[in-house]
Amino acid sequence: MNKPEFSLAELMIVAASEAWRNNGEWLASGLGIIPRLGASLAKMTHSPELLMTDSEAYLVEEPIPVGPRGDYVPKYSGYMPFERVFDCVWHGRRHAMIGPTQIDCWAQTNLSVIGDYHKPKVAMLGVRGLPGNSINHRNSFFVPNHNSRVFVAGEVDMVSGVGFNPERWGPGMRRDLMSVGVAVTDLCVMDWNGPDNAPRVVSLHPGVDFDLVQERTGFALLKAENMAETAHPTAEQIALMQRLDPHNLRSKQLKGNPAGIRTAEEVRA
Amino acid sequence: MNKLMTAADVVGQLRDGMTIGFGGWGPRRKPMAIVREILRSDVKDLTVVAYGGPEVGMLCAAGKVKKLIFGFATMDAIPLEPYFRKARQAGSLDVMELDEGLFQWGLKAAAMRLPFLPARAGLATDVMTHNPALKTIASPYGDAEVLLAMPALNLDVAFVHVNRADRLGNTLITGHDVYFDQHFARAAQQCFVSAEVVEDRLELDAETARFSTFERSMVTGVVAAPLGAHPTSCGPEYGWDMKHLKTYSDSAGEESGWQTYMDTFVNCGAGDYLERNGGAERVSQLPLPTF
Repeated sequence: MNKPEFSLAELMIVAASEAWRNNGEWLASGLGIIPRLGASLAKMTHSPELLMTDSEAYLVEEPIPVGPRGDYVPKYSGYMPFERVFDCVWHGRRHAMIGPTQIDCWAQTNLSVIGDYHKPKVAMLGVRGLPGNSINHRNSFFVPNHNSRVFVAGEVDMVSGVGFNPERWGPGMRRDLMSVGVAVTDLCVMDWNGPDNAPRVVSLHPGVDFDLVQERTGFALLKAENMAETAHPTAEQIALMQRLDPHNLRSKQLKGNPAGIRTAEEVRA
Repeated sequence: MNKLMTAADVVGQLRDGMTIGFGGWGPRRKPMAIVREILRSDVKDLTVVAYGGPEVGMLCAAGKVKKLIFGFATMDAIPLEPYFRKARQAGSLDVMELDEGLFQWGLKAAAMRLPFLPARAGLATDVMTHNPALKTIASPYGDAEVLLAMPALNLDVAFVHVNRADRLGNTLITGHDVYFDQHFARAAQQCFVSAEVVEDRLELDAETARFSTFERSMVTGVVAAPLGAHPTSCGPEYGWDMKHLKTYSDSAGEESGWQTYMDTFVNCGAGDYLERNGGAERVSQLPLPTF
């Protein structure tokens, strides 16, 4: 059987889905098209036990296709308005994948401002739920354009989500409830499971070498001992993605919709 | 008992320097008819408390906001709120930026007449750095855990837009999510409700009565405001108006754009407002967003 062709977005969706493997009956929240398709794929393949919503207010056991639904009618299994999502956050059985504007070597994140806090160069959304999410449950990150403006040197400009920087934690504060999953970027998959939670590259996308990732990251990275190439989507996974994303919104998430398999020159271009 | 008022009556009760809260969430079910009345008034130096949408940007653009207490400001489909962004980047806005859950906790503390509620959210982040008023507290029990003591967000006035109300102040929110409006209502000295439909007296079956999320004793006044959440959404009746939100957002980048927006959409009556948005029929049929 021929191996299926796939896009970089599809490779990243599969990589994102792996973040939710073995989580148990947690609420899987993928914010944005690629993370949401990743969570949906996880639920439809290796982790049917995950909880998921219609991204509005109801629980569903069958992930809802993204974009206009046509004659698709969601089948609700329960209710999950925002206030109950907050309850889930504080209770801890949730794993969100979000796209922060900045991430640092301690896995601290920023969604608030770039530059001086009092007169910022760029004001974004605000801290949203990042402080509470990050201190209460697992969080993973989605980075569509891996560069050193996202993965910054030093600390992020406004620490919105907590991380492993010991100087930020005072005596008596509980840091055992926080958990960092992975960062799925357009170059690689990273985690913070090195010595003392040091950031590592877990897998490289086709055509990407470690030096390129390091070049485009503002802090030092380690190689995971079993660092490999990111798993390619299977024909079954691609078929599921087509069902979950009938309007092919995934093709619009990365600039130029790159192919999944690229040469080193194409990656660097 | 008849709590029916006009939007002008309600806004006439606001005083400079008040702390006012808005129900809804981002571009969803915001009391925009009331917001437009505030924009037409001369009230100023407000502290605005909201899960922010375009009401935050508009009040900033009009120079009404001294301080903003918020977790975010966004219009979802247009992620960055243009006038919030302008005010923030000009350095002209005093802010208390909070985690969404801390914000809820502040309202709940006020609603329960408590000085604070403990939380973990905000610890080990710059939410603490930039809000020196936030203090921590050690658990008095054996664990001695250090927690953030989220102070009560006491409001002078809260504004909430609902689907149905009656003259007594009974309300129903029939959209898929009631958001946090009940906490706004309880956290405020006075809560004014605008409603799509105001009836003399709600007489409901049990199933429908469950759409009520706070009691009429929380409600000081009721304003009839059909399509009064526009350009934000008011499920299940109508969705947000992308065309309008885009016009509004684009105006922030145009020469005297805010004045043009004011002249076109604020300095006019409710009838003209709807006409300038394609008529009541168009607005009432705006499709609900798909998430």
